[in-house]
Amino acid sequence: MKTALCVVAWVVLAPFIGGLLAGADRIITARMQSRVGPPLFQPFYDVLKLFGKRGVVVNGYQNFYMICFLAFVVVTGALFFSGGDLLLTIFALTVAGVFFALGAYSPNSPYSNIGAERELLQMMSYEPVLIIAALGMFMVTKSWHVHDILAFQKPLFVFLPGVFLAFLFILTIKLRKSPFDLSTSHHGHQELVKGATTEFSGSALAIIEISHWYENVLLMGFVYLFFAFNWVVAIFAVVVAYIVEILVDNTYARLTWRFTVKSSWIVGGILGVVNLFVIAFLVK
Amino acid sequence: MSFLKKSPWIIHYDGSSCNGCDIEVLACLTPLYDIERFGIINTGNPKHADVFLITGTINEQNVEVVHNIYNQMPDPKVVAAIGICATSGGIFRECYNVKGGVDTTIPVDIYIPGCAVRPEAIIDGVVAALGVLEKKAEALKAMKASA
Repeated sequence: MKTALCVVAWVVLAPFIGGLLAGADRIITARMQSRVGPPLFQPFYDVLKLFGKRGVVVNGYQNFYMICFLAFVVVTGALFFSGGDLLLTIFALTVAGVFFALGAYSPNSPYSNIGAERELLQMMSYEPVLIIAALGMFMVTKSWHVHDILAFQKPLFVFLPGVFLAFLFILTIKLRKSPFDLSTSHHGHQELVKGATTEFSGSALAIIEISHWYENVLLMGFVYLFFAFNWVVAIFAVVVAYIVEILVDNTYARLTWRFTVKSSWIVGGILGVVNLFVIAFLVK
Repeated sequence: MSFLKKSPWIIHYDGSSCNGCDIEVLACLTPLYDIERFGIINTGNPKHADVFLITGTINEQNVEVVHNIYNQMPDPKVVAAIGICATSGGIFRECYNVKGGVDTTIPVDIYIPGCAVRPEAIIDGVVAALGVLEKKAEALKAMKASA
């Protein structure tokens, strides 16, 4: 019963929280650039507008892939928020990412093809750290299940500081923020137009946007897990992590995919793996 | 209620403008005018855009480009000609390579004259374009209902 309730709450509430996060993001970004910025509900206006627009379709399957992307992100979040297996969650998230890349490949436009290739490279960069994070949580709490990790009384962050920092690093990639917004550039007039989302318009673009909201809430859930011993501290940590990501977004120009892959493997390798070794010796 | 008015995304194309109007368009995005307050985003991608802003005249070389961008924009959409060159051809009207204003090539909804246009005029023009956009959206809905 409780599991079903969690799933329903996730499906219904996550887009609202994700949309508000996106709105807050845009206001904070504007303030950092000494602008006023759009209203808080602007992301919702954008999505509702997109549903009213006509869609231009190049390949008959491209919108189907994006619906699959949304479906798998929702399933992933349902697994996570119902206290399911952390590894399964990460693999389901990968499947969602693969559908996103497939969708971007299907219209055969050069911009969206480059976007899709970069998306795959990004997945290659962040996957190891996600696995390391799940492994670290398992080594400390002796369980792959989210509900056991939530019930763990000691702060996970103290055991896994390196893993947490590595996770923050790849969070920038996952949130599609500068310097790692390689696959779908956030701002216009750039070398790949809008990257993977270039060929999507109307309701398909709205679906992509909603999937990103779901994804962002899920990622914030991951951050929450590191501080789950106390919910006040955890929510504070989530807010701070998000603001740090916005600050990074506004202070860095985009980097190349080579640097993205190298740096995330080096940071993930050093911080994450060293942390895991220490845990392996300390926690028996 | 339509949400088109609350989030008009623009695409900006520089025909053969001297860059005067161009810079004024970009000035609208700066902290002083900050058109993102009205949900306006400069997309740079015709498939995401609702409002097409053109500066400068149409000449024999860019006529195809303008057609292409216009055709890639999903309905409902509006076109705003910015600056005197875009509205009528301006002082370049008689040039051997110039076709004239934007309306020689694609249908224009809003004319914003000036040399160079002031950012206030551009914002005023875009707001006027939103009214046209709203009407077009209604017409599209009526067409869908009758079909």
